[in-house]
This record gives sequence, C-alpha cells and structure tokens, in this order.
Amino acid sequence: MMEKKSKKRNEFFYFAFKNNKLRIGLLIVLFFLVMAIIGPSFTENDPLSFIHRGVPLKPFESEDFIFGTTVFGQDVYSQFVYGLRATFVVGAIGGGLATLIGVIVGFIGGYMGGKTDEGLNMGTNIVLVIPTLAVLLIISAYLEVRGILLESVFIGCTAWPWTARAVRAQTFSLRSREFVDLAKMSGMKSLKIIFKEIAPNMMSYLLLVFILQFGGATLNAATLDFIGLGPTQGISLGLMMNHAVAHSALLLDIWWWFIPPGLAITAIVGALYVTNVGLDEVFNPKLREM
Amino acid sequence: MRRYFGRKVLIYLLTFFVAVTIDWLIPRFMPGDPVLSMLGRVGTAHPDTVNAMREYFTRVFGLDVPIWQQYLNFWASLLRGDLGVSVYRFPREVADVIMTAVPYDIALLVPSILLSWIAGNKFGAYAARRKWLDNTILPLGYTLTATPYMWLAILLAWGLGIKLDLFPIAGAYAFDMAPHWSWRFISSVLHHWILPFASLFLVNFGGWAIGMRNVIIYELEADYSHYLEALGAPQQLVRKYAYRNALLPQLTGLALQLGVIVAGALVTEVVFSYPGIGFQLLAAVQNQDYFLLQGCFLFIIVGVLLANFIIDIVYVIVDPRTRRGMTGEMA
Repeated sequence: MMEKKSKKRNEFFYFAFKNNKLRIGLLIVLFFLVMAIIGPSFTENDPLSFIHRGVPLKPFESEDFIFGTTVFGQDVYSQFVYGLRATFVVGAIGGGLATLIGVIVGFIGGYMGGKTDEGLNMGTNIVLVIPTLAVLLIISAYLEVRGILLESVFIGCTAWPWTARAVRAQTFSLRSREFVDLAKMSGMKSLKIIFKEIAPNMMSYLLLVFILQFGGATLNAATLDFIGLGPTQGISLGLMMNHAVAHSALLLDIWWWFIPPGLAITAIVGALYVTNVGLDEVFNPKLREM
Repeated sequence: MRRYFGRKVLIYLLTFFVAVTIDWLIPRFMPGDPVLSMLGRVGTAHPDTVNAMREYFTRVFGLDVPIWQQYLNFWASLLRGDLGVSVYRFPREVADVIMTAVPYDIALLVPSILLSWIAGNKFGAYAARRKWLDNTILPLGYTLTATPYMWLAILLAWGLGIKLDLFPIAGAYAFDMAPHWSWRFISSVLHHWILPFASLFLVNFGGWAIGMRNVIIYELEADYSHYLEALGAPQQLVRKYAYRNALLPQLTGLALQLGVIVAGALVTEVVFSYPGIGFQLLAAVQNQDYFLLQGCFLFIIVGVLLANFIIDIVYVIVDPRTRRGMTGEMA
C-alpha cells in the first residue's frame, strides 16, 4: 500500500515536470511572487509620498527611480512592488475564501441531497445571477475606511457560487460510485466517508478551482480599485491605473505609470490560467498531448 | 418546459427581491450615517441651515418612520419608478439620469457580447486539434482573457487614440456637437464608439475562443464522434456535430459571464469617458451621490436578469431536451 502511494506521487511529479504549460505558468507566477516578497526591501521610498521634484523621470533615468516617477514625483517601482503584494494578498485570501465557501456549500448540497440541497441550490443560483461587482460597489461605497483584508473578504464572499455549483455536480457523481456504496454498506460514518473516500478524489479538482478563483479575485480587485472603491490606504495595481488615468498620464505620455501594473496583472492571471491547463493535463491522462 | 420556465422565473424574482433588499439594507446598516456625510459635503456650519438640511435629508431617505414601514415605502416608490433625486446632477431624477445613459450601454454591450461570442466560438472550434493554430490561439486567448478590461482600454486609448491619433478617446460624440440626425453626427458617434467596443470585444473574444477550444476537444473525443468517424463520415461533418454540442455549455457560460462583462463595460466607459452607466457610477462614487449609486445598482441587476432570461429562451430553442421536459444542461 505504502509503496503504491509513493509510486503514484512520483508519477505525478514526473508528468508535472514534463509539462511545459505547468513549468512556464509556475515560473511566471513565482517570478512575480518573489518580486512581491523581496521587492519592497530594495527601496526606501514610500509608494505614495511625493519625493522627486520637477519633470517626471523616465525609467532608468535615475538610479533612485528605476521605474521612473509619476507626475507627483512618486516612485513607480515602489508603487509597483507594494501593489504586487496587495494583488497576491487579495488573490490568496479572496480566492481562498471563495473556494472554501463554494466547497462547503456545494459539498453539503451534493452529499445530503433532498431539501437541504434544494435550498442551497436555490441560494447559489440567486447569488450567481447577481453581478458580483455591483454588490461590491454598493458595499464599498458606504464604507468610509476600507482595508485590503476587508476587500479580499468581500470579494471571497461574492465569488463562490460557480464553485459551489461545480463542486455539487462533482459530489453528485462521486456519491454514486461503487467505492462509496461499499463504504456505506460496511457501516462507515458519513463524516468519515466524506473525508476518507470522497475528499481525496476531489483534491486535484479543488486545486484547479482555487487557481481560477485566485485569478478572478485579482481581476475583481483591480476593477474595484480602478473605480476608486479599493483600499483607502496603501497602494494597489488597480489604484495605480486609477491614478494614472485620473491625472492624464495618457495625454502626458507617462506610459511607465500605467503599463507595468496592467502588464503584471495580465501576466499573473494569464500564467495562472496556463498553469491550470497544465495541471489539468497532469491529473487527467486523457488530455495529455501524445 | 413550463416547469423549466417556472423555476427560472421564480429564481429571477427571488434574486430581484434579494437585490432590492440589499439596496435598501446597506445604506441603513453600514457604519457611518449617509445623512451626516451628505451634510458634511455641503460645507456650511450655520446651525439653522444644517438643521433644515438634516430634516430634509432624513425625510428624503424616509428615515423618520419605523423600519418596516421604511422598507415598504422603498418598494412602493421603486414600483412607481421613483429612484430619488440625484445629488450631483440636482435636481434631475435618478431614473432620468439613468435613462439618458442606457442607450450608450446598449450600443456598447449588445454588439460586443454577441459578436465576440460568435467569433470566439467559430475561431476556437476551428483552431481545436489543428496543431499550428492551436498553439497560437492558446497563448493569445489566455492573454486576452487575463487582461483587465481597463488596461486594454488604456492601451488602446494611448496607442491608437493618442500616439497614432486615429480615434477620439473621450465622449460619445464630438464635443462641439449636439445630438441630432445627420451623417456628420452619426459618423462622429461611430468614430467614438469603435475603441470602447474593440476593447470589450477583444477581452471577451479571448475567453470564448479558449472556452470553445476546451469544450470541443471533449466532444471530438466523445463516443458519438468516434462512431461517426468509424462509419467513415468526413471530418467536417464530425466537427459540425461536435460544434453544435459544444455550443450548449458556451451558452451557459455566457449567462454566467454576464456580470463580469457588465463590470468590464463599466470600467471601459470610465477610461473613455463614455457616458453610459459606468461613467455615471464613477461620478456617483466621486460625489457620494448615494441615490444615483443605488439606482445604478438596481438597474444593472435588472439588466443582467433580463439578459439571463433571454438566454434561457434561446436555450430552449437550441436544446430540444429542455423542451421535452427532460432536464437539460442548465439545472
């Protein structure tokens, strides 16, 4: 038994390392993650203080401001790396929370069936049709002080329905498999069946769901920040774009102010999607390229 | 079929009910007093003025009656089409402000949603299982669908609008014109419409192409496809059947994506100062115009619900199983 398990794990890593999509995707995400973690320690500039005086600096024009400065003389590099941090925080917490709620709701509904399922499914369908951003807008507008944690929690609390639906369908199909029936017949308790028999078979699927939710939370946060309903303190990539557009960076041709934040979001989210496809191929042998 | 629609309508009615309740609940139970913050904006400290205004705002918000009555009043005025008076465009009514913005949203959303869905599906289906195309469409599609709407809008405005000076980047028509029927005006409207449309179209196109490519691969591997192939059917026919089957999940996907697309349109309008709901919403946020904000919220919800309903009808037309009372893809 032990031997079989470790063999299976080896096989997973073998295909994981051979998969190009997975390698490229992970590499890009890791690159930005490292930048978000250690990037801020290379600068002493506060992202929002007006440091440089005079004409905005282009990238690499000054050693102190390698990404250039904004019209107000703020350090774009500092804004960028701190913004990256915020992006990963929102993605991890918002995406994680959305996955968690979705899994719980979908799982309970799918496993219990009957009236519980009908109620939960109805609730899921209702939240599903309400446009997430509209709700986030109206909540954020009434909050006078908003932090990045709060933003992530709100995003997580509104993004779960499609996960719940997908997990419910998965649970349905797993519930009627023979090995679950066998466990039931042998008198195993419900909870034990869920954790020992069903959950392990869904782990790979949940990882995929989390990756997609991470990307979704990042995009949602960027949209919210761009409208000006993001965190009231600190900086984020969406806020950088908001500032840039609000202070006519387009007309003034200060491209280094609005290109890096959008590029980073696109690269991270795109890389996550590609990682997702790669992982899917690793988990699901049918999809592997011949 | 009646059961299918009955269920759908019930869900939409419940959703509308929940949305209206949220719309009513949030201003009243959030920390901070909307009346106080409105008074703060006026910037006067004269006690008589402040008191008179406080009384006025309290009455306008309807805060001077018991909670349950406030809720009923809210519904009553809502059903009369009364969404309150906009603060930043005082004394115009919120419903009026929204109605002038709606045509621009429709002009932007309907073509970009439909065309990107159709083009994305065709392209994705064509690219699937064709080595060279597949290797191009995958990275391109994933990049497009990962792009934040406002960033693509910013790039287009900067590159095509400012650098190359091909398109205007603000407003829905030239600033020196008033809306009227003339070729000059219509061409100006079209000219202003192209960039916002293109930016919405491109992001959505990527998503649909990828979606179709991923679904049709499963369909091409399905038993019926292999059976057709074994019978010696031409590859084109097999693809045609696979495509039809793959369209169903894509239609479901469209219903699920609507909220995201609308959000994308909002920020695109902000970038291009395009006078739709998104633009009004930004103004409402910046001016703390709560009535306008609440009105926009409700309007977006109603729009999305209607669009969902239209998709349900299309679904019944496309998928015979829903018509015969068997449960189709959409539960």
